[in-house]
Amino acid sequence: MSTSSSSNDLRFRLGTGLVALSLVLLVAAIGFELLRQSQLSIAKFGLSFWINDVWDPVSGEFGARPFIWGTLYSSVLALALATPIALGIAIFLSELCPNSLRQPLTFLTELLAAIPSIVYGLWGIFVLVPAVRAFESSLPAALRSLPFFSGPPVGVGMLSAVLILAIMVIPFISSVAREVLKAVPMSQREAAYALGATQWEAIRAALYYGRTGIVGAIMLGFGRALGETMAVTMVIGNNPQISLSLFAPQYTMAAVLANEFTEAADELYLDALIEVGLVLFVITLFVNAGSRVLIWRMNRTATVRTAPPVVAAPLGDPA
Amino acid sequence: MTAGKRLCALLTGVALFACVVDAQSTINGAGATFPYPIYSKWFAEYNKLKSNVQINYQSIGSGGGIRQLTNQTVFFGATDGPMTPEQMQGAPGKILHLPTVLGAVVPIYNLPGTSGEIKFNGPVLADIFLGKIAKWDDPAIAKLNSGMKLPSTDITVVHRSDGSGTSYIWVDYLAKVSPEWLKKVGVATSVNWPVGLGGKGNEGVSGLVQQTPGSIGYVELIYALQNKIAYGSVQNAEGEFVRATIQAVTAAAGAAVKNMPKDFRVSITNAPGKGVYPISSFTWILLYENPKDKAQSKVMVDFMKWALTDGQKFAGDLGYAPLPAEIVKLEMDALSTIKVS
Repeated sequence: MSTSSSSNDLRFRLGTGLVALSLVLLVAAIGFELLRQSQLSIAKFGLSFWINDVWDPVSGEFGARPFIWGTLYSSVLALALATPIALGIAIFLSELCPNSLRQPLTFLTELLAAIPSIVYGLWGIFVLVPAVRAFESSLPAALRSLPFFSGPPVGVGMLSAVLILAIMVIPFISSVAREVLKAVPMSQREAAYALGATQWEAIRAALYYGRTGIVGAIMLGFGRALGETMAVTMVIGNNPQISLSLFAPQYTMAAVLANEFTEAADELYLDALIEVGLVLFVITLFVNAGSRVLIWRMNRTATVRTAPPVVAAPLGDPA
Repeated sequence: MTAGKRLCALLTGVALFACVVDAQSTINGAGATFPYPIYSKWFAEYNKLKSNVQINYQSIGSGGGIRQLTNQTVFFGATDGPMTPEQMQGAPGKILHLPTVLGAVVPIYNLPGTSGEIKFNGPVLADIFLGKIAKWDDPAIAKLNSGMKLPSTDITVVHRSDGSGTSYIWVDYLAKVSPEWLKKVGVATSVNWPVGLGGKGNEGVSGLVQQTPGSIGYVELIYALQNKIAYGSVQNAEGEFVRATIQAVTAAAGAAVKNMPKDFRVSITNAPGKGVYPISSFTWILLYENPKDKAQSKVMVDFMKWALTDGQKFAGDLGYAPLPAEIVKLEMDALSTIKVS
């Protein structure tokens, strides 16, 4: 009896281990293949590929810096915009929402995640971009002289891309954050209330308890923003330039791949495009590794400082 | 007993089915997106005539079509720009270019406060796309449009962001009429645009142009016709201002017949001749002269002969210009050189 069940355990462990291993192998294979297929470009440009601003398929000169800039700038801004909203949604849904509203609201936020990005893109072209253009034109001249708002108000550009990205990542962050908050034991909140905490303080305690999961949720949104292609390419203006201005048309790595891959017949051109894919892969890898490190450090500091300060505060308060 | 009979019937059925599958010939091709509507129409119509011929076409772009043909993963390719000599050398065998239909690219613009169609010529279009002409009331534009009141609006240039045959035809024309364009930017399906916004696809470009006052872009003639987008006329090599029509595009090919090279790899932008629309181009199907599979080759050559004759009548309805008869005749000769079983 016991031998057969332990051999079952072993088989199960091997089976699942194999599946997990295949995923690791798949990632390694993708990295290897990107590296192999971009040999021409790596050999010709080396590290200058990362810092060169010129992308000229006709003369065969390729540099990815404008795309790297556009990808990171748009993703970071979109995340800065989306995170507070997404966390607000998650907190409302898990802590404050009346039961009758919870199901429909959850369904609606998750529906946002199910809309194909091409639909977001078309909506962006026909609704968001004209609205952004009207907003840009109405901005007072004093603000327009700032580097963040310089350039002609054409509507397509960084601002439209940031807005559309923010809308697209909100459901990802909020649904994961909601699951995290749901997993926070009720006893945490009850303990906070028992110590005289207000609802706000109890929620802060729950957020603190689930902080690693919430950071994970934000990083998931970041990864999604980095790789988002179709909707962004339809509204960002696709102009490889580095600019702080939110009004300037810019370009992202995923967008240049989607735009130029099909028609790239020249070997060096194709290799340069695949190297852009490699750069995106490396950056995504670093972002994910960075978020792991962040979570790991948060867990380590948590063991040093056992009680979260928000709950500790009412403890020291005799009232 | 019944089970045995059933099995027997099943096996017979499978055998019959296998037989049918065997007689079916399937040909795979890949390439340009621009001619996709007419090609899929042709393959469907041809399948009605010859139900055992099934032709599959993936519109993955000209570059992808050339790559797949070179790697011999498809039987035929299709492209909007002729293959370069380097690409021809990279292929494992001799590749023939066969023009199938013609298309054209038209300038579209959005200039509130003007009525009537704006006239352009090559140097003006090139200077606008180089960023040298930045306002609509520039003397160079005003000279072509005497009598029209042009506002002093900034010009916003819109181009395709995706690599495309449409861009190829457009910049091929600009390079022919402007030495500066040829030197600074060059000709390819994607170029390093000196100025402007990039829109994805015809719909991206026309969307941006329609929304942005003062903008100018370019789309395929078919797209402008189907979506009833106003477009400007362009001065041809004879000095006439020509509005793109299907007849004016076929005329461009007719003018090219005299100087047609044997391999059909020719650009007909800025072609000489009366009534010619200057931003016109062929689109080509690519075939190996001596393919491995001679049986497939026979089927494909038969199809091509049909497409170049009976098939041409479907072109007009879909917004493509049919080939002039002289070119069809030259292509028939070229088709006869392809090895078949």
